[in-house]
Amino acid sequence: MEALEKLQILAGSAQFDAACTSSGIDRSSSPGGIGNAVACGICHSFASDGRCISLLKVLLTNYCMYDCKYCVNRRSNDVPRARFAPRELADITINFYKRNYIEGLFLSSGIIQSPDYTCEQIIETLSLLRNEYKFNGYIHAKVIPGADYELIKQIGALADRVSVNIELPSQQSLQKLAPDKSKHSILLPMKQISTKIEQNSTEIVRYRGAKPFAPAGQSTQMIIGATPDTDYQILRLTEGLYREYKLKRVFFSAYVPVGDQKLLPVEKPPLLREHRLYQADWLLRFYGFEAKEILDEKNQNFNPFLDPKCNWAIHHMELFPVEVNTAPYEMLLRVPGIGVTSARRILTARKVRSLDFDALKKIGVVLKRAQYFIVCGGKKAQGLKITESAILRELMSESAVKNFDVDGNFIQTKQLSFFDPEPSKEDYLKCLTGQM
Amino acid sequence: MPYGTNVIYRYDGTFDGLMCCVFESFEKREIPEEITASPEQMSFYEIKDILTDYEKAARVSKGIREKISKSAYETVCKAFLTCHEQKELLILKFLHLGFKYGKSVMNMLADDTVNELFKAVRHLERELHLFLGFVRFSSYDGVLVSVIEPKNIILPLMKNHFCNRLPQETFMIFDKTNRMALVYRPYEAQIIPVEELSLPCANEEELHYRRLWKKFYDTIGIKERYNPKCRMTMMPKRYWKHMTEFAELFPQNWEECKKLGSAPDLKLIE
Repeated sequence: MEALEKLQILAGSAQFDAACTSSGIDRSSSPGGIGNAVACGICHSFASDGRCISLLKVLLTNYCMYDCKYCVNRRSNDVPRARFAPRELADITINFYKRNYIEGLFLSSGIIQSPDYTCEQIIETLSLLRNEYKFNGYIHAKVIPGADYELIKQIGALADRVSVNIELPSQQSLQKLAPDKSKHSILLPMKQISTKIEQNSTEIVRYRGAKPFAPAGQSTQMIIGATPDTDYQILRLTEGLYREYKLKRVFFSAYVPVGDQKLLPVEKPPLLREHRLYQADWLLRFYGFEAKEILDEKNQNFNPFLDPKCNWAIHHMELFPVEVNTAPYEMLLRVPGIGVTSARRILTARKVRSLDFDALKKIGVVLKRAQYFIVCGGKKAQGLKITESAILRELMSESAVKNFDVDGNFIQTKQLSFFDPEPSKEDYLKCLTGQM
Repeated sequence: MPYGTNVIYRYDGTFDGLMCCVFESFEKREIPEEITASPEQMSFYEIKDILTDYEKAARVSKGIREKISKSAYETVCKAFLTCHEQKELLILKFLHLGFKYGKSVMNMLADDTVNELFKAVRHLERELHLFLGFVRFSSYDGVLVSVIEPKNIILPLMKNHFCNRLPQETFMIFDKTNRMALVYRPYEAQIIPVEELSLPCANEEELHYRRLWKKFYDTIGIKERYNPKCRMTMMPKRYWKHMTEFAELFPQNWEECKKLGSAPDLKLIE
């Protein structure tokens, strides 16, 4: 089979892996070698779906012995199959890298023969890149659940980031859709990796010459909308993964129906839901929120009209308005419309003078939503009427409203835009930093 | 400090030259109407030619680092590379504030001058970051060549990134907007003025990788999530021009190239 055809099949099979980040590590090239890594990550292109392309994202093979119902590569699915020889893929990677098409390689694989054998094939490819080509660019590798710990350690020593896909948010969902995988077989390697990363971080301090292990950390991905799990369950799980396993990122992938699977009644990928989950994920990681503040037992799903931060704010009006000139950073971050960049600029600018609304505008704070939640020197924004309905009108995104009928039922037939109504600062930042 | 002293400073367009304008401005206690590098400026104002004196320039640079701050100096250096139309005057006004208020000038985000200067620098930094990813090299018999059309002058800031990334390669990035090129061969780099660049034909190997990359690009987007608006926000169309994934596989002069039988050399017309 021609390389072109192989690439088409094996990139096509990898497209549902959400992660395409190249962030988390700074490293120079080695003598006689090629490649370096930049901690903020670099996007090299954007695909027709608007997602960042940073890494050559392919499978080593899409032959697979498993039969997971949500997966395009399941054994029972009648699709063309292909397999890269390790050297063939290493050559393509280096030649793409030289031309600055990519930041590195994201290698995953269907499972052939056994998890161990599959891992060995991945290791062979990565060894060629690292040892023969002296490639110092970014490598993200998938760890195959069920593989031997020794092999996992070898992958971690070669890759910058490793990930085990958690696939589905609960054991029941796994049983139903991925009968060959269990919660245990997924969580065990995650635990092993997180323990090893932690050990390694102390080793590197203590011994000179200690080799780094997955220096850009561990991430995972789960599929959203293929099973009845609620947003609250998903968010709690996400929070747990950050806390217990110290994951760097949890990715969500809106389920795109593949083939005719009767078990899965979804028609359209739930993009709005995925978007809300990412917004909430952002609140967990950068805004000091806890999952239980964002959703709870009573409200298990996101408000489709409001982003999670606005939703939180209008339920906590007793904490507002916030005085921009004195509020601590943590509180500024909780104001709808003020993000990390704006909050930092406020901190900087108020060192030299007290800020009014004009000054805020000048330093780039978007007041559309924020004005309802802040005062400057005790004063409200001029001419602003603060009533609940006025606030709600301002906070709701128009395109979200359009997708509901008068009774508040979601109109399924309409394709939602991924960003509603416009990409927010956060979305920008995510993509800019290669985290999307 | 009196504004609008009805005088225009004309300098040689170099950073040191600009530093001498700053020197002049402080010495004469005046802020010019304009600072320009163009030799044929027509104006009603008096034009003062500022001669570049490296000693004076060094004194000003040192003054900025010591009396304001190192980060202020870095900001000024970057501001000089921006495409802001009046970057020189903006830098001068910024330095007047800087020498008055010291290092806290870097916190004065709500000041019009500081704000405008920082905005211009952010524009440059964003463009630089995008281009680190959007640069596309073509290999012509082992020499990697890329053409970019940025708005700001970003080559000096790209230098370390690419030299560190591709230490064993020989490469060139041609900035068509500013008519300059970053040229690297192991292990030395230079930025030189280049008026025009005519590219040779791609050989079969180069075409092979272009084909592969285009195929990868077309395959990786999920069609159920097609979102051209988002793509356009993330990667505005002006960047597409020199990107392999959007380029014609065969360049316009392909037939001509084939007739010649061999790939012509890189022609650099300085």
